[in-house]
Amino acid sequence: MMSLNGLSINGLKQNSCCKVLKYFRRVMGAAAILTVFMLPLITQAETGYKEAAPVAEDLEIEQRMLTLTEDLRCLVCQNETIADSRADFSNDMRRIIREQIKAGKTDPEIIDFLVERYGDFVLYNPPMKNTTLLLWFGPLIFFIFSTLFMIKYLKGRRMQIKEANLTEDEQKKVAALLDSDDLHDQQSNLGQEQAQQTEISEKNNKGNNV
Amino acid sequence: MRYLIPLFAFVVLALFLFAGLSLNPRQVPSPLIDKPAPEFELYSLHEPEKIFSSRDNLGKVWLLNVWASWCVACRDEHPLLVQLANSGVVPIFGLNYKDEDATAKKWLKHFGDPYATSIVDPDGSVGIDYGVYGVPETYVIDKQGIIRHKQIGPVTADSLQNTIIPLIVELQGRT
Repeated sequence: MMSLNGLSINGLKQNSCCKVLKYFRRVMGAAAILTVFMLPLITQAETGYKEAAPVAEDLEIEQRMLTLTEDLRCLVCQNETIADSRADFSNDMRRIIREQIKAGKTDPEIIDFLVERYGDFVLYNPPMKNTTLLLWFGPLIFFIFSTLFMIKYLKGRRMQIKEANLTEDEQKKVAALLDSDDLHDQQSNLGQEQAQQTEISEKNNKGNNV
Repeated sequence: MRYLIPLFAFVVLALFLFAGLSLNPRQVPSPLIDKPAPEFELYSLHEPEKIFSSRDNLGKVWLLNVWASWCVACRDEHPLLVQLANSGVVPIFGLNYKDEDATAKKWLKHFGDPYATSIVDPDGSVGIDYGVYGVPETYVIDKQGIIRHKQIGPVTADSLQNTIIPLIVELQGRT
């Protein structure tokens, strides 16, 4: 392909430089004539514009259809509602729901129509049934059990932590430890040592970089 | 005891997750099973002047196979359907779903025609009555006109041998 292109370009350069110019002129001429003729058309189009017509024939039906389909599952693309989905299936469903609304059916009737054919799976709000009891009450049961468990656990922990009875010797030791400044001194010493150590390590790092 | 509780919780969770692995979210249980098959009257693909009614099939066990020439998975199952039809176990009726007659005929000519009658559902309204949402789908309908089984997606050798044919034989045995 590359070589073919190259050949044709070379050919143009060699024998038909003037032809190209002529061709160019002809095209420009045609464009100019076209523009002159098109101009009235364009202005007409601009002055004669209209508001975009709503896609739906009847906005009320469309609104009802949309609120209904927002709670219905598209069976083909299972994580989308029929209202959102672009699948052929959802198109059909929207059409059928529109038809049924026009025929004067109520919302529960339309939903029954769909459930009869596609089962509860089309509903995003599952109905309460024997098979869905766990779904509905599972979280509540889980919450109750975990709360009971937590209460028991916390109570048990409070029982575990008992006041420790210290002997006199031990109490003296504790008091001595709390009173003494040694603890503070030791801590500040530790702090200084740490600071020194970090300085050293920084120096080392710099050395490495150089 | 302290270590047993988390272990127990983990086992329960693992069981739920494991059960979830074997579920197929595409396999939506049909509410139509064990219910009368929706009635329809449609014209036949090869003889458009002939009207076929679902009531014509009362008294025999039959398969309703929903297919279309635009459906790729239908090609997978088609040789099996041809085989099944040749075996004479059960009559298969083809519901040509949202298709064009000319292309459907051409398709059958090319891949073979297993159908006792091909009926045409151009706008898919009968399909909707049957709860069709993916083509192909196959229904087993008994002598009383009750849907006994629905195969969603292509029929496989496995599903034919282990589910569909034994069911047909059983249903044929009933009066």
